[in-house]
Amino acid sequence: METRRDVFQAIADPVRRDILNMLKHQQLNLNSIAGNFDISRPAISQHIKILTECGLVVISQQGRERYCYLQPKKMSEVNDWLEPFRKLWEERYTQLDALLDRMQVEGKTKKSKKKKS
Amino acid sequence: MKPGLLFDFIINKEDLTVTVRKEFAAPQKLVWDTFTKAYLLDQWWAPKPWISRTKSMEFKKGGRRLYAMVSPDGSQEGWAIQDYRDISPISGYKYFDAFSDKEGNINPTDPGSEWNLSFSEKNGVTTVDILIQCKTLEDMEATIKMGFKEGFTMTLGSLDELLATLK
Repeated sequence: METRRDVFQAIADPVRRDILNMLKHQQLNLNSIAGNFDISRPAISQHIKILTECGLVVISQQGRERYCYLQPKKMSEVNDWLEPFRKLWEERYTQLDALLDRMQVEGKTKKSKKKKS
Repeated sequence: MKPGLLFDFIINKEDLTVTVRKEFAAPQKLVWDTFTKAYLLDQWWAPKPWISRTKSMEFKKGGRRLYAMVSPDGSQEGWAIQDYRDISPISGYKYFDAFSDKEGNINPTDPGSEWNLSFSEKNGVTTVDILIQCKTLEDMEATIKMGFKEGFTMTLGSLDELLATLK
């Protein structure tokens, strides 16, 4: 079993990515996080445990409740790491969108010219 | 990028894959051509102002594309190969991807990665799924870091160009 705990591990799972998104704007207790998923509470707890071990989420005890909140500095590591690779594809595909538009316009022009002649 | 068309980027460390999914407002045959014909591929593969230059491309099973990403002033070149494993026009193709020298000798420090592209069309919108599969976690990180470095250097150039147009 994988024992490494880093940002890469944290975002590898879709449930963990969803949890991180939920915590972007507010801190939440375990029950409210679990309420958003169809999977069992222990499974959610396990995901949160991994997120805390990766340093992305911190749990604080407030009265009887345990609240989860994000470590924004660690979160920016996720973006720093992924962003340039994603950006490369975004740039490529922006150019391909434009190329496909040009090709379709040219294709139509050629067809209409053929009709006229 | 065009609004309303999906662009999705997913890294899955459990099965060591990276998925890039994109929708295009064009027929499948046309999109297929832009991925599989060298003169079209060279028009979009390198983010501006870098240039993609295909030296040779034999688009068939067992064939190879050897190409370079060239910096705007021509001073930097990054060579890479794609070895085609399998081709099913116009629904998909598979290749092995790795950095190389200009003769096509694979860079021994690059573990390479297996790429699987699939094309489908629905209501005039073509979806392209690219699935990049790595052998080990270390290979995956190496592949992404290389793409990451490549992308980072090049997008800095594009940013300059964008800023110039905004002046």
